[in-house]
Amino acid sequence: MHKPALRGRQGPWGWLFVSPSVLVLGLFLALPIVMALWVSLLDWNGQSNPFTGGQATFVGLDNYRGLLTEDGLDRTLFATSLRNNAYYVLLFVPLSTGLGLTLAMIVNQRMLRGRSLLRTTFYFPSVTSTIAVSTIFLFLFQGSGAVNSLLSWIGVKGPNWFADPRGIVWVTLGNLGLADPNHPSGFLTDHGFMGLSWFEWLSGPSVAMSTMILLATWTTSGTFMLIFLAALQDIPRELEEAAALDGVNRRQLLRHVTLPALRPVLFLVLTLALIGSWQVFDMVYVMGQGAPGNTTLTPAFMSYQSAFKNADYGQGAAIAFILFAIVLACTGAQRWLLRERNPRQGRRR
Amino acid sequence: MTPTTPVEPDTRAPRPPRTTRRPRRARAAERPVLGRTRLPWRIAGYTLIIALASLYVLPFVIQLATSFKTDPDAAANPLALWPGTPTAAAYQRLFGIAESHETVPFLRWLGNSALVTVLVTAGRVLFDSMAGYALARLRFPGRRLLFVLLLAVMAVPGVVLLIPKFLVLSTFGMFDTYAGMVIPLLVDAAGIFIMKQFFESVPREVEEAARIDGAGVFRIYWSVVLPMARPALITLTILSFQGSWNEFTHFLVSTQSAEYETLTTGLARFVAGGLGSGTQYPLKLAAAALSTIPVAILFFCFQRYFIRGANAGSVKE
Repeated sequence: MHKPALRGRQGPWGWLFVSPSVLVLGLFLALPIVMALWVSLLDWNGQSNPFTGGQATFVGLDNYRGLLTEDGLDRTLFATSLRNNAYYVLLFVPLSTGLGLTLAMIVNQRMLRGRSLLRTTFYFPSVTSTIAVSTIFLFLFQGSGAVNSLLSWIGVKGPNWFADPRGIVWVTLGNLGLADPNHPSGFLTDHGFMGLSWFEWLSGPSVAMSTMILLATWTTSGTFMLIFLAALQDIPRELEEAAALDGVNRRQLLRHVTLPALRPVLFLVLTLALIGSWQVFDMVYVMGQGAPGNTTLTPAFMSYQSAFKNADYGQGAAIAFILFAIVLACTGAQRWLLRERNPRQGRRR
Repeated sequence: MTPTTPVEPDTRAPRPPRTTRRPRRARAAERPVLGRTRLPWRIAGYTLIIALASLYVLPFVIQLATSFKTDPDAAANPLALWPGTPTAAAYQRLFGIAESHETVPFLRWLGNSALVTVLVTAGRVLFDSMAGYALARLRFPGRRLLFVLLLAVMAVPGVVLLIPKFLVLSTFGMFDTYAGMVIPLLVDAAGIFIMKQFFESVPREVEEAARIDGAGVFRIYWSVVLPMARPALITLTILSFQGSWNEFTHFLVSTQSAEYETLTTGLARFVAGGLGSGTQYPLKLAAAALSTIPVAILFFCFQRYFIRGANAGSVKE
């Protein structure tokens, strides 16, 4: 046939069609990564051109060492940011996934009135900009704001949310009388890891950080709801009817039919939540820029701060690459789990 | 050829039109699998659902109410759903109608956001669909490698690129220009991926017929394939509009002058730094409300496509 001739004509066209994309993605995604890798090995203040020599000095792995192994302020700050973000992950991932699944199940009820209105309601926060909803939350969670007025109705005196650096673990233990946050045990304060005492590591997210976790859960649960909803509607009805004939109750149906069918999507949502939660930036910028007491500082924001506020671009780039490694490790771990449990679902990539 | 994904993006070839607005499956099976729950349980359930729904709605209602309050009223009655003395002062200040020494260049933010959004959306729709078509249909050397690279690029988390993007922009002399704000956003890997998946689901026969009639590659793409791709193009347009309207980090690192501030960067700097000059919450919340309106309108008109987009985005990882 004349196929080879056709193919010959398609070659240049193919490249012509992809060339704008290759150009933009190459120049603004691939090239930057290579450049930043080089900058992360420099001591550079952002003034001169780092690629022609000039004032930038090649310092090898010093930026990475300063963050990970050498005792100093930088390492303590970086460890603090890792702690903050780790607690964020620990709370945000299960909360948003669980809430997303719950909302999807509610909206998927066949006999429920106003389902599409509910779906719209739950999803709407997800389409608005983080900056705009952060502004709303700053207002709602002021010391004398709407949330605290609401709490005072039931006799609770709310904290000064965004200005409260206390870790919630010690606050809770202190209120229960199990520990005294003001006089922690010597072992916890004297020993530590990466320049941060165990007392600090174990403090849990600060009240301010917890408020940000609430905001993130509120804005993300709608997206996860839609993903779960699509999967719920793909469960064959015959499967549920067969189970109903066997006389199962609601809880058994959920446990033995619905949840197993949702497993691949559950893993997908968990990955999305995990990757997203290591990238918290917009919220931090609006809601405190690390304050109070560096308890809302995340690695992503610290990377920005090092470069654009403290003019230490080498350190900023190094943090970005450590963050990249963390995200890759999380994705890798998740993909490995997915492959273990669903051998046939493995993606060809 | 298509990677097996748990959630297939719903951007396949046009389906037969639906007769009602309900999802297909719900119509086919209106009856629940298990019988109805008892009345008291149902009442409890509805109460709980209404409480949950108000958690999602109330913040926006309070936002709107507060934007019409005076500063002292907003501070004294943060929970009031109706302003004590309704005033549009915040909006007048934003639009420069009322003279005030403490105001923000809101119209400039709005103009910049609109300009950037229009350019980025147009660019993404054109370039993403061209690249998606080439990757799905055209045979050319390096195609397979390009697709692998595309998937690799999609895996790079956005915040990792903050400093790198700044480096490239300043090297090219594009820092603090409109070009630097727009050009890096003109193509997005996830959009190419969505379009590629769509084009793979279109039957080849139509293109073959056009080819036999003597149409060239570009003509087939432009007058045969693109018109069929309407649903996918609408999804892509909406995703791009929403993405670039809400974009924050890229503008933060690609500009520094006040004249290039958009609704997101302008509002963020105002909210994060404006603590010295009183809280001015009515003004901040009014600005936030106005910046939400375009996306909100789009959302309420094209909800179907947003939902597709959410599921298409889920393959992006």
